[in-house]
Amino acid sequence: MKFALYLGCTVPVRNQNYEMSARKICKYFGIELVDIPDFTCCGFPIKSVNQDTALAMSARNLALAEKQGLNIMTLCTACTGTLVEANHLLKHNEQKREEINKILKEENLEYNGTIEVKHFARILYEDIGIKKIKENIKKPLSMLKFAGHPGCHFYKPSEAFAPFDNPENPHSYDELLEATGAKALHYEEEELCCGGAILGVRQDIAYNMAKKKLESVKKVNADALILICPFCDVMYEQNQKAIEKEFEIELKVPVLYYSQILGLALGMDEKELGIKMNRIKPKEMLEKLNNKELNV
Amino acid sequence: MKEVVEMKDLDSNFKNQVMSEPNGQNITKCFSCGTCTASCPVREIDEIFNPRKIIHMVLLGMKETVLKSEFVWLCSTCYACFERCPQDVRITELMNAIKNVAVKEGFIHPAFTAQAELIYNNGRLYDVDDFINKKRNKAELPQIENKPAAIKKIFSKTGLNSLVEGGKA
Repeated sequence: MKFALYLGCTVPVRNQNYEMSARKICKYFGIELVDIPDFTCCGFPIKSVNQDTALAMSARNLALAEKQGLNIMTLCTACTGTLVEANHLLKHNEQKREEINKILKEENLEYNGTIEVKHFARILYEDIGIKKIKENIKKPLSMLKFAGHPGCHFYKPSEAFAPFDNPENPHSYDELLEATGAKALHYEEEELCCGGAILGVRQDIAYNMAKKKLESVKKVNADALILICPFCDVMYEQNQKAIEKEFEIELKVPVLYYSQILGLALGMDEKELGIKMNRIKPKEMLEKLNNKELNV
Repeated sequence: MKEVVEMKDLDSNFKNQVMSEPNGQNITKCFSCGTCTASCPVREIDEIFNPRKIIHMVLLGMKETVLKSEFVWLCSTCYACFERCPQDVRITELMNAIKNVAVKEGFIHPAFTAQAELIYNNGRLYDVDDFINKKRNKAELPQIENKPAAIKKIFSKTGLNSLVEGGKA
């Protein structure tokens, strides 16, 4: 199994712990990753400014992977939504594809609509499979309870992702969480968006959205909030202290990436999963995990 | 004081402008059921963002009020309304169509100009410097570099370069 690894903007600069751990997981399961240094921004921030420019930006990345005959693996959920949606449109609308290819021609690129785009976690779910993940678990996280948040663009807009999960009643991400042996919790604000896209427009609204989710996660006593999107991480982890200050509340909700907890369950050590780089230290969670080992 | 809508302030062509942008076409299918507004997590925090109201304002032709507003920039793109809309108005994308008109009319929100400039100058939302690559090196991750050339070509083809001319390009 081989994919072009699409890093996007936020992962390689602000979330190296995610990138490190995701690469380790891929290596473990024999997924070969090809880095394409010419990849640029997926186009997400430009959709608000000019949709055709954003579409051309997406198409350019798709064309670069297609040129090498590779499907794309994404790490960022927002990049996933943008590239999947662009791919869906370019595959089904020949006129639009021709129009966009005229823009790409400048760089001698062309997109023919022959590749697929999948999030890292979807690849684990569909191409590796829950069964195989479970068979490989060496240290089941059975003493831990997690709140999951894959991010809105993991399966929305569903018309572009089909056939995949039902966004009104999703189950894929919970199954991935539980494959580690942990319990996936249900909580009141499970569906709530992180607010990241409007952080630069109205920080107060974005903070309020993130606060609601974090409080809801805290209420069900989750050991951690588990993400697969670097911009959700910007909201829930990197801004968590600022949110505590703003609202004069205590949250202290550890936030980890799915690749990190899966790595722990596969028997990898904390160092190679970049857990030291997490900003809200998952101290209690790791203690629970390590205590159990001592008792065995 | 009530903000009463006056006929003389309306621009009946506004909806056509929105409809000529990608994903703007379905706006006239809206029957104002309010599923979007009821589903919206932003509206739950601040009623200033109300998708049903925005759609109705466009259909009425309240061009200046909509394009000059801050609320038009407040969609968090969660797609809850997009999924649930019974009339396939494609609201999340329709919001992009309305914002695209705002940009063309010179009403871009500064946060989006800033993002566009970063992408134009670096190829990404961030300027990759030595510090970042040192950190990546320590984490045994491959080096990355800024890639502005391709983005500049795309921006100049679509005319977006004029928006970011003030940048260091």
